[in-house]
Amino acid sequence: MSTKINRESFIRSIADLLRKAEIELPDDVVNALRKAEAAEKNQVAKSQLQAILKNLEIAKKYRVPMCQDTGIMIFFAEIGSEFQSSFDLEAAIREAVVLATAEIPLRPNAVDPLTRKNSGNNLGVGIPDIHWKIVPGNRLKITAAPKGAGSENMSVLRMFNPTETGSIKNFVLETVVNAGGMPCPPLTIGVGIGGSFDAAARLAKEALLEPLDVPMEGLEREIFEAVNALGIGCMGLGGSTTALAVRVKTAHCHTASLPVAVNIQCWANRHASVVFGGDE
Amino acid sequence: MEYHLKTPLKKEDIEKLNAGDIVYLSGEILTARDEAHARILEMGEKKEELPFSLEGAVIYHCGPLMQKTENGSWKVVSAGPTTSGRMSKMTPPLLKAHQIRAIIGKGGMKDVVDALKNRSVYLAYTGGCAALAAELIKEVKAVHWLDLGMPEAVWVLRVEEFGPLIVGIDTKGKDIFAEVREKAQKQLEKQR
Repeated sequence: MSTKINRESFIRSIADLLRKAEIELPDDVVNALRKAEAAEKNQVAKSQLQAILKNLEIAKKYRVPMCQDTGIMIFFAEIGSEFQSSFDLEAAIREAVVLATAEIPLRPNAVDPLTRKNSGNNLGVGIPDIHWKIVPGNRLKITAAPKGAGSENMSVLRMFNPTETGSIKNFVLETVVNAGGMPCPPLTIGVGIGGSFDAAARLAKEALLEPLDVPMEGLEREIFEAVNALGIGCMGLGGSTTALAVRVKTAHCHTASLPVAVNIQCWANRHASVVFGGDE
Repeated sequence: MEYHLKTPLKKEDIEKLNAGDIVYLSGEILTARDEAHARILEMGEKKEELPFSLEGAVIYHCGPLMQKTENGSWKVVSAGPTTSGRMSKMTPPLLKAHQIRAIIGKGGMKDVVDALKNRSVYLAYTGGCAALAAELIKEVKAVHWLDLGMPEAVWVLRVEEFGPLIVGIDTKGKDIFAEVREKAQKQLEKQR
C-alpha cells in the first residue's frame, strides 16, 4: 500500500500547521491553564493567569501569534516505512517555513551562532530542526513545536554518576529555582533520563509534547509536587502554580553513565500536528 | 489594591504603590531594550540632548513586532515584554540621569532596588502576552533610532488601561521577585 502527496499542498499544509501552532494552544494546555487559574488563591498570580487566558482569546480572535517570540522552528516527523512521496520532504518543509514567516508573520529568529547574523527567514544550518523517526505503516505525521528562547535558555543537561539517581529530583528543582520568573511560568517541565548525552536532551524535548491531561505518576508526580511547593508561581511573582506538568521520558544508557536533561517550556506550550496519507 | 494611573507619572502617583498592587496605565510609554539603554547612557556622557523626554516617563522593556501600513504609519502586531534581567546593569545610571517613574518588564531585575528607592517602580507585565499588549496599544506616536533595528528602536506608544501590571519592586525597596526567590531557595534546602 502506498500514498502519494502533492508538493504544493504539502507546503501549504505545513505553513498552516505553523500558523495553528503559533496562534492556538492545544486543548489540554488551555485546560491546564484554566484549571490553574480556577485553583489559584494568590491574587497576583490569578491576575497573571487571567491575562494569559485573555491573551489566548485575543490571539485566536485576530489570528495573531500568542507571543512575540515566535520561536525557533522544530519539527518531529514520524514517517511510515510504506509512506511514499515524489519530492524532497525536507526541502518542502524549509519552503513552508519561509512562507509562514512572511505570511503569519513570524519574527525571524534564526542567526549564525558566531557572527549572530540573522538569516531573515527562520532558515539556517540545522534550522528548522527536523527529527525523523521511521515507524510502521503508510502515514506521515508531522508535529510543529516552535520553541521560544526565554524558557529554552533556562534548560540544563548534566552527566551524573550512575549511583546518583536519587539526585535527579533535586537537580530539576535547582534548575527551576535558578530560572525563577525568567522562563515565563507556569511551566511544562520535560525531563529526559538516560540514553546518551544528546539522546537525553531529545527525550526531554519530546516529553514536552506529551498530553498534559494524562495523570502523572511516580517520579513525575513527585517532582511536580516538589516544584509547586517552591512557591515561584506564575511569572515568578509567587503562587501555587509554578508547573502545569512534569513529564519524564527514559531510555537505557551505558552502565557507567546517567545523563539527565531538563527542558523547560513556558506557559505557551505550542505544538500542533498534521497527518498525511493513511487508509482514509 | 488596584490603581489606574495616567502618564506622565508624578512622584506622588508611585509613592503610594506597594509591591503586589495591580496597576493599569494610560497615556504614553516608551520602549527601550539593550541597545537603546546603551545609547541613552552614551549620549548622556557626551552631554547630547535626547530626541525624546524621559521626565516622568515610563520605560517598557519590549522589542515589538511592527508593520508599516499603506499610508506609512505603523501598526503593532505583537508587543510583549522582554526579560528585564538583561537591563539590570544599565538601569541604575539611567535612573540617576533621568526622572523615569516606572519600568515595565518581565522576570524582575537584580541590584536595582537602591536605584529605584524614592524614585521609580518596577512593574511586571505578564510574559508572552503579546497579543493582549498589542490590543491595549492604541497608537504608535513616534519612533526614534530605527537605525538600531525594529526591536531595539525607541517606540513612543499611547496605551489605554495597559495591564494588569504588578508592582514588582516599590519605591520603599520591597522586591517581590527577591522575596519569592529567597522562599524558593529555603524550600529547596528543606527538601534536600
